[in-house]
Amino acid sequence: MIDPVLGSRLQFALTTIVHIIFPVMSMGLAPFLVYFTWKDIRTGEPIYEQLRRFWTRIFAVSFVVGTVTGIVLEFEFGTNFAAFSTTAGELFGGPLALEGMMAFMLEATFLGIFVFGRERVGNALYMVSAVAVGLGTWLSAVWILIANSWMQTPRGYELTTANGHTIVELVDPVAAYANPRFPWMFVHMQNAAVESVALFMAGLGAYFVFRHHVWEYPVENVAFWETTLKFGLIALLVTAPLQVLHGDLYARHIVETQPQKFAAMEAVWETDSYVPEYIVAFPTSLNQLLDPRAKEIFGIGIPGGASWLASGGDPQATIQGLEEFEGKQPPVAIVFWSFRMMVGLGFWFVLLAVWGGYRWWSGELLEDDLLHKALMLSTLLGIVAVELGWIVTEVGRQPWVVQDVLRTTDGVSPGLTAAEATATLVGFAVVYLGLLTLYTYVVVRIVRAGPPDGDDLATRDASERPASEVSADD
Amino acid sequence: MTEPAALATEPLFGLPLADLWFGLVFFILAMFLFLDGFDFGVGALFATREDDDERERLLAAIGPFWDGNEVWLVVFGGALFAAFPSVYANLFSRHYLLMFAILGALIVRGLAPEMYEQRHDDGWQRWWGRAFVVGSLTAPFFLGMFTANWVTGATSIVTLPALIVGLAVVALTVVDGVAFLRLKTRGDLRDDLEMDGYRALGAYLVLVVAALGSVYAVEPALRSALLSAPVLALVLATLAFAGVYVAATRADRYYAAFGAAAGLVFALVAIVAGLMYPSIDRAAGLTVETAIVSTLQLNLMSVGAAVLLPLVFVYFAVLYTAFSGPIETGESY
Ligand code: HDD
Ligand code: HEM
Ligand code: HEM
Repeated sequence: MIDPVLGSRLQFALTTIVHIIFPVMSMGLAPFLVYFTWKDIRTGEPIYEQLRRFWTRIFAVSFVVGTVTGIVLEFEFGTNFAAFSTTAGELFGGPLALEGMMAFMLEATFLGIFVFGRERVGNALYMVSAVAVGLGTWLSAVWILIANSWMQTPRGYELTTANGHTIVELVDPVAAYANPRFPWMFVHMQNAAVESVALFMAGLGAYFVFRHHVWEYPVENVAFWETTLKFGLIALLVTAPLQVLHGDLYARHIVETQPQKFAAMEAVWETDSYVPEYIVAFPTSLNQLLDPRAKEIFGIGIPGGASWLASGGDPQATIQGLEEFEGKQPPVAIVFWSFRMMVGLGFWFVLLAVWGGYRWWSGELLEDDLLHKALMLSTLLGIVAVELGWIVTEVGRQPWVVQDVLRTTDGVSPGLTAAEATATLVGFAVVYLGLLTLYTYVVVRIVRAGPPDGDDLATRDASERPASEVSADD
Repeated sequence: MTEPAALATEPLFGLPLADLWFGLVFFILAMFLFLDGFDFGVGALFATREDDDERERLLAAIGPFWDGNEVWLVVFGGALFAAFPSVYANLFSRHYLLMFAILGALIVRGLAPEMYEQRHDDGWQRWWGRAFVVGSLTAPFFLGMFTANWVTGATSIVTLPALIVGLAVVALTVVDGVAFLRLKTRGDLRDDLEMDGYRALGAYLVLVVAALGSVYAVEPALRSALLSAPVLALVLATLAFAGVYVAATRADRYYAAFGAAAGLVFALVAIVAGLMYPSIDRAAGLTVETAIVSTLQLNLMSVGAAVLLPLVFVYFAVLYTAFSGPIETGESY
């Protein structure tokens, strides 16, 4: 039997780590789908109909799995983190309620039209539903990230007592909702979602292009996959450099607001100046892997790099070491290595984007098989980077669930028994493994089936479908 | 008009906001039970259909709607969390395993139709068809149990009122599902469904009476509430809606029958709320007055809900209008 505190934490970790995959897909696909729908309606070119319909299928399954896993998360705050919900509910429940009313409702209703309604509604309403669905996915990120960023940089509250509990009372909604972390998180997260989907598209496109051009297997709809690859690359060229630049600035904000987390990200134990940033770090013993200390690890470092990151440009700057913080430390190894891997992936994606862009510019995009292989290999790495980033964020905040306000161990439901925690944790491990398998299976089937083509495509042109055309009632 | 500075000290326009939010939380629950209720009902009726084409039609009938309908449950959780965080925390953690049973059922129910459509061979469809039925039966059953335990303040999961209410909610969703399908289908299928509706309605009425009786027997503290005028009036209203349902069904007045099904759902949820008020979590000793969030947050949330909920109704109107009329099979994007 597992301890209820550990069980709840593992369960929350497992369920969010699985959930985030699907929002990343839907938030990342949203701008593409809006664009494809717009082009489909305006130009009537078959390629845009293919793109719209193919990616809508992927979006639709992602959404369904996102919904079923998301509801679990919302309920878990009450079931497993009852003390946290009682204490912080006043600030935390609000964003969740608004998320439901403002974002999920918009998204889930218009999704019905977007997925099932192409033949039923006119162009104008169809376009509106594409935008509404996309907007809904992005708005839901706004509210959930307000809730999460408040846990990192809590503001605008006072501690009071109610019904015998110490609780957080809202005193300044603007300070609380527009807390310092929120804009950082929102930009980094949304750009990451688009970047992840860009990698996904480029990877799939590269696979079929590779099969066709390099292996010379017959591939139907090659033009579709070539276009997919190009759209993926374009988006990657925009998002990959932005993510790295933004991430660098973001790190500085972490230093200012959560210095202990930053020290863990860099595994700096003693306060020091002119701290290098190890881009590639090699643990030379198991101990260095499990208990990394920046000073002892052999790595390829930029002299003064970490200091530079922390201060926004001063390689001499001092970094507060972990030893200066009282009480428990976050698990440094997890935070340190996750951060390294995210950053490493970030640079790798920039390299991919530049490489692909250059080959395209020199007219050899379809022939460079090494590039294709690199892209295929990176299909899912965007999502991996997102997971790593969230692990840095959430594990790095430990031992706090709300930074400097409430400890994670004090947030867990008091009445929860070890047997209950074990039962649901095991249950989730099994069910979510099944969910992931099914999702993968379905996506692979959709990809294998390819885009609709031939007779399956509507032979409509833009003028044929007046906006007022609505299906007839009985 | 309330001054901005006063937002923190007095409720907006002097309204009884705590009570309004109590009402709103149950209104949202009723919306969920009515809208997703017909999806559950369709899932239950799925078991009675052998024919592939008919099964496809049942799935197509709820295809564009169920996701939006289910969001009412998300909003129910959110509203409870935002307005009565301590209730949200106590209630959900107290019914720990039951909550996960509900979630499990919803996962199965949500996934099954999506999977069913992915492949068209028999084995696959039989499996996912069954999963769909099981999910659609267990989700309302567990929800009914949860609601009953909430009212009675039971601390264990399996109690007599919980079992009976669970079954009653399942029967109610079938009535709801029939009423919905009779709007969306034509021909033999529609005619066949008529009898299913009457049977489910009969079962529901018996179960409601049994449920109220069992609460009376098990929870002496609720006896006076059970016999209070509002609750008795709601029981009578339930009978009246049942009468309307039968009459409208006989007269082929499909919308009226659907409206009567809605009436049944809202009456049931109102009975629950009526039995509970002014308490909101008996087991934890929380009342509406003591559990409500601070005034500032309450005012903000009220403004948010007042702006957003009307918009939500617009979205639903657009969606249901776009897909009004009988379903055609083979609809897709
Ligand atoms: C495609 C995914 C991706 C990529 C390539 C990067 N990141 Fe990231 N990162 C995320 C996706 C992400 C995220 C979406 O997972 C997080 C978690 C919370 C957040 O706001 O974004 C994150 C968090 C996160 C944090 C921690 C925030 C916190 O603790 O609250 C920092 C400091 C950075 N990132 C910095 C970087 C740097 C310096 C990168 C590259 C050089 C980088 N990120 C690339
Ligand atoms: C979707 C991306 C996210 C991932 C992958 C993620 C991951 C994690 C992980 C790994 C933990 C366990 C940390 C530990 O106990 O050591 C955790 C805890 C937690 N997270 Fe997140 N998280 C995500 C987003 C969020 C968001 C958006 C919220 C709030 C709105 C949130 C709220 C919490 C809470 C309340 C806990 C439990 C307390 C704790 O252990 O600190 N998480 N999450
Ligand atoms: C970075 C973290 C997260 C982001 C950006 C995010 C975003 C989203 C998005 C875009 C959706 C729409 C469904 C989809 O597209 O797959 C969704 C679904 C959902 N999410 Fe998350 N989510 C995050 C974490 C969480 C957490 C921690 C919770 C817990 C409160 C949560 C609760 C939900 C719920 C309840 C749904 C279902 C909504 C529906 O029925 O449509 N999410 N999420």
